Amino acid sequence: MKKFAMAFGLLLIPLMMSAAAGGGEEGGEQNGHGGEKEGLDVGAFIAHHTGDSHDYVIEIPFFKYTLHLPVILWTDKGLSVFSSAKFKGDNEGKVVVTDKKGNKFVKIHEVIYYADKVKDNPHPNVFDFKSRPLDFSFTRNALAILFVFLILLVLIYFTRKVYYEPDKVPRGIAKFIEPLIIFVRDEIAIPNIGPDKYEKYMPYLLTVFFFILLSNLIGLIPFAPFGHNITGNIVVTFVLALFTFILTTLAGNKHYWKHIFNPPVPAFVKPIMIPVEIMGMFIKPFALMVRLFANMFAGHTILISLVLLIFIFGSVLFAPVSGLFYVFMGFIKILVAFLQAYVFTILSALFIGLALAEDHEEEHGEKPELANH
Amino acid sequence: MNLTSPETLVFWMTLFFLIFAYLLTKLGWKPILTAVKEREKAIEEAVKEAERTRQEMAKLKAENEELLQQARREREEILREARELKDKIIAEARSEAEKVRSEELAKTRKLIEAEKEAVLKDLQNQVATISLEIAEKVLGEQFADREKQVEYIKKNLSALKLN
Repeated sequence: MKKFAMAFGLLLIPLMMSAAAGGGEEGGEQNGHGGEKEGLDVGAFIAHHTGDSHDYVIEIPFFKYTLHLPVILWTDKGLSVFSSAKFKGDNEGKVVVTDKKGNKFVKIHEVIYYADKVKDNPHPNVFDFKSRPLDFSFTRNALAILFVFLILLVLIYFTRKVYYEPDKVPRGIAKFIEPLIIFVRDEIAIPNIGPDKYEKYMPYLLTVFFFILLSNLIGLIPFAPFGHNITGNIVVTFVLALFTFILTTLAGNKHYWKHIFNPPVPAFVKPIMIPVEIMGMFIKPFALMVRLFANMFAGHTILISLVLLIFIFGSVLFAPVSGLFYVFMGFIKILVAFLQAYVFTILSALFIGLALAEDHEEEHGEKPELANH
Repeated sequence: MNLTSPETLVFWMTLFFLIFAYLLTKLGWKPILTAVKEREKAIEEAVKEAERTRQEMAKLKAENEELLQQARREREEILREARELKDKIIAEARSEAEKVRSEELAKTRKLIEAEKEAVLKDLQNQVATISLEIAEKVLGEQFADREKQVEYIKKNLSALKLN
């Protein structure tokens, strides 16, 4: 326990330092705006740390390096690729970058716009696709996603190697991975999808489970190359939920569609029920998306806020309190990391299972379960 | 929330997810799940086999027990028969001996009886003779009809059976 606490304390240091560094930057910018007040804009700082970025600022103790990631844009005139270094760290739309095709871009809060379209509008809408090119930049979070998947691939590759052995007893990393795989199979896939059809969906459920779990855990380590807020990004959870939605829709059998477009209710209720059922199709994955995003985003916000309390109070004396709360929250976040991976996967399995359920299966399958509870 | 241009991560996330889901399935999930399934099947079969063996062992043991019990019963039976035979032989021998002894005894008794009879007869004769002689001596003369007298005494003596 003591060791754990110490490890967490050590993990805290870089985050505090990066907070200090970030605080300095933000403070400077605020001064640039003309604000007299010293200190830090907590909201902007949290937004910066939990959001995506075109640059990857690697901060570990005594070392800071800004990795400029490639900007890939689909403009009116075609593809445009250049380094994000050209924006010189600007996020206020002041630095205008001209590419080889003559397009002029500015970057405002990590969104790249056409410079001439936002000249008079300092707060453009992200969803106004006329004022900006489509942005397929390899951003910090894209890098983080790749990183997580690579770690996962290595882990699974080494786990798989164990099974080449003749006795096939899990050893080493497989001892940790195999129980999780069996957990996903026996506790998530089989009870929700059914013993006949679950095998087809195992790769998807396992990939989702391990990706979310690993992203959550890596997000908890507060220094480079970890500490990315991947599952706390609503776009990532949107894509995950979209896959579940697609699989659910593809899995849907006659009974599933009949239940939506011709629900077994009296005729006069049907005009209400059919729209509700159709909405339900989309609300289910939407809830998946929001649940995972909100949990992880809130967790990261709390952790950063706890560290920032030191700077808000402006006293190093507050550090032990912050640290203790950080450790406490860190433990809760480890629990949440597993829990959210579990919840997302089990609900995905449940939705797929519902779409696959036969009429009689549903009746026989659900009644004993209800009786148990 | 700091929502940057959403299509960026939609694109990369979808791309990476599809690529890595494929790679993970090919390199990891499928082989691992197959291996685990095979192992589970092997374990299940081993457990079943063990159960079968256990039952067979139990059956065998029961059979052995039965056999042992039967052998024990047979031994008891044989022993019992032997004992009975022995008793019977002894009893027979005893009764035979008894019979022989009683026969012998009866014969002896008859002999003794006959002897006694003879002795008695002889004694009677002698007593009669002696009595007469004594009487003769006492009276000083011989009875005229000696023969008749002897007959008479004898008759009296036989009425007076000595035992």
